[in-house]
Amino acid sequence: MSALSLAARDAYTMLRRNLLHARRYPSLTLNLLLTPIMLLLLFVYIFGDVMSAGLGGGGADRSAYIAYIVPGILLMTIGGTVVGAAVSVATDMTEGIVARFRTLAIHRGSVLIGHVVGSVLQSVLSVVLVGALAVAIGFRSADASALEWLAAAGLLVLFATALTWIAVGMGLASPNAEAASNMAMPLVLLPLISSAFIPADTMPGWFQPIAEYQPFTPAIETLRGLLLGTGIGDDGWLAVLWCVGLAGLGYLWSTALFNRERG
Amino acid sequence: MTTAANNPAIEAAGLRKSFGEKKVLDGIDLTVPQGTVFSLLGPNGAGKTTAVRILSTLVAADGGRARVAGRDVVAEAQAVRGAIGVTGQFSAVDGLITGEENMLLMADLHHLSRREGRRIAGELLERFALAEAAKKPAATYSGGMRRRLDLAMTLVGRPQVIFLDEPTTGLDPRSRQTVWDIVRDLVFEGATVFLTTQYLGEADELADRIAVLHGGRIAAEGSAEELKRLVPGGYVRLRFTDQDACRGAAVALGEVAADSEALSLRIPSDGSQRALRSLLARLDSAGVEADELTVHTPDLDDVFFALTGDSTPPAPPTPPAQPDQPTRQGRHTEAAR
Repeated sequence: MSALSLAARDAYTMLRRNLLHARRYPSLTLNLLLTPIMLLLLFVYIFGDVMSAGLGGGGADRSAYIAYIVPGILLMTIGGTVVGAAVSVATDMTEGIVARFRTLAIHRGSVLIGHVVGSVLQSVLSVVLVGALAVAIGFRSADASALEWLAAAGLLVLFATALTWIAVGMGLASPNAEAASNMAMPLVLLPLISSAFIPADTMPGWFQPIAEYQPFTPAIETLRGLLLGTGIGDDGWLAVLWCVGLAGLGYLWSTALFNRERG
Repeated sequence: MTTAANNPAIEAAGLRKSFGEKKVLDGIDLTVPQGTVFSLLGPNGAGKTTAVRILSTLVAADGGRARVAGRDVVAEAQAVRGAIGVTGQFSAVDGLITGEENMLLMADLHHLSRREGRRIAGELLERFALAEAAKKPAATYSGGMRRRLDLAMTLVGRPQVIFLDEPTTGLDPRSRQTVWDIVRDLVFEGATVFLTTQYLGEADELADRIAVLHGGRIAAEGSAEELKRLVPGGYVRLRFTDQDACRGAAVALGEVAADSEALSLRIPSDGSQRALRSLLARLDSAGVEADELTVHTPDLDDVFFALTGDSTPPAPPTPPAQPDQPTRQGRHTEAAR
């Protein structure tokens, strides 16, 4: 077998191990789903009338507000799911099993790749679950074409990959699972200060840069554009740049941390 | 991947490693022939684990060279990894999945076919008495079971050289015995075992060659017998009920170490039948009778204390399988270098 196919085989083995963990202990994944679901229901059913009144300048229209917040909620779901990746990487590192992996003649990166692919698959599953709930309470896309759906799916996967690499780095940098969970909290909190729930230009002027210059806002705007037909403008490129940048940074950071010697 | 039959399994020269200011290894030379058990003996913190980590490619040495299974541990790390199996001091099993899944995971990582993987996993689980618990999560295993699973996982790839870092620390006597049996089997099957331990009895029991690690250096190396010869020989200890008898015996026997308060004499002796008979004859002819006679042959404890100049025993309160020997009060502290 060639080196590449051996690497793929090792990564696949590691992926199966991580998926087995996730399947056997689904509570972590499910707990992480609670935050976006709660926020979705809270903002639609409790705050919905007021929020939507401030949105379009017109009267209260709850269905318009559902449409507005679902893209943000979906990306927030990804932010939550990758916290699980940080926690499971940190847990793994405290166990002797990773030291054992290091003494095997396997592809070095396969341990991390297994975590990343596993976490991206979990993100996709979580997004599908939350998306289904959104559709159940009335979310409809505004005649998105097949290509737009495909682009939306691609963006979600790319975004999940980027955040997962960052989360894996956080997991590696943390001494234990609790620390990893704390360190990854910003990934859940960032969407709250993005354009997920209200448009950035309705925020106080001093705060707008904070909302604008972070990965969630361009990604949310792009997703909104693809699913709801609002203007995307520069946000499409910005979102892709953020994703590629974060993924690359997270990858370099993670592999450097993983290859460092643990005295 | 052929290694000439006469090449040593492990060869190290001048290994050095420091962590910050702390010098852990300060020039270690080792040669371990194939098919033998080599034991690195030392108290906690002596650098045993660091030596294992260097030889098993986990950390790089600051200086020196090492070859394992004929390959350089730095330049040919991946080839070394293909030839070794490592059981670290801390359990290296995945507690979230079952024992069987752990074994199959190892089979996959050794790129065995599904069938071959299942066969070897089943065989090893059986051999390590884990077949019944195979379907239970490893986290529910007892300490002894985890250790056995750990060892079984190490053997999936049929390693030529096996590193066991304190494999019996924290185990009950029965599990310890099991591990010893496994080590003997492995060597019988042709593997080379590099074992670290803080139990002198364990090294004595298993190892063909023993190196005592002290202060980052090898203080002594040899077979258990050779090491025992490094300390002054054995002695016979005579105890008397009264001062007169003790004094009388001391006069009759000539130059002996007397401890008048304990009413005892220590006579250098190899403990052989002939030596004892001559000793008794001399006592008889002097008309003195000893109250108690004990023969003390040097054991690894003596060697260890003599070499390390350490008065605290390295073994925990319940050392394993100590052979019946006189108490340690007759220890030759003057034997320290």
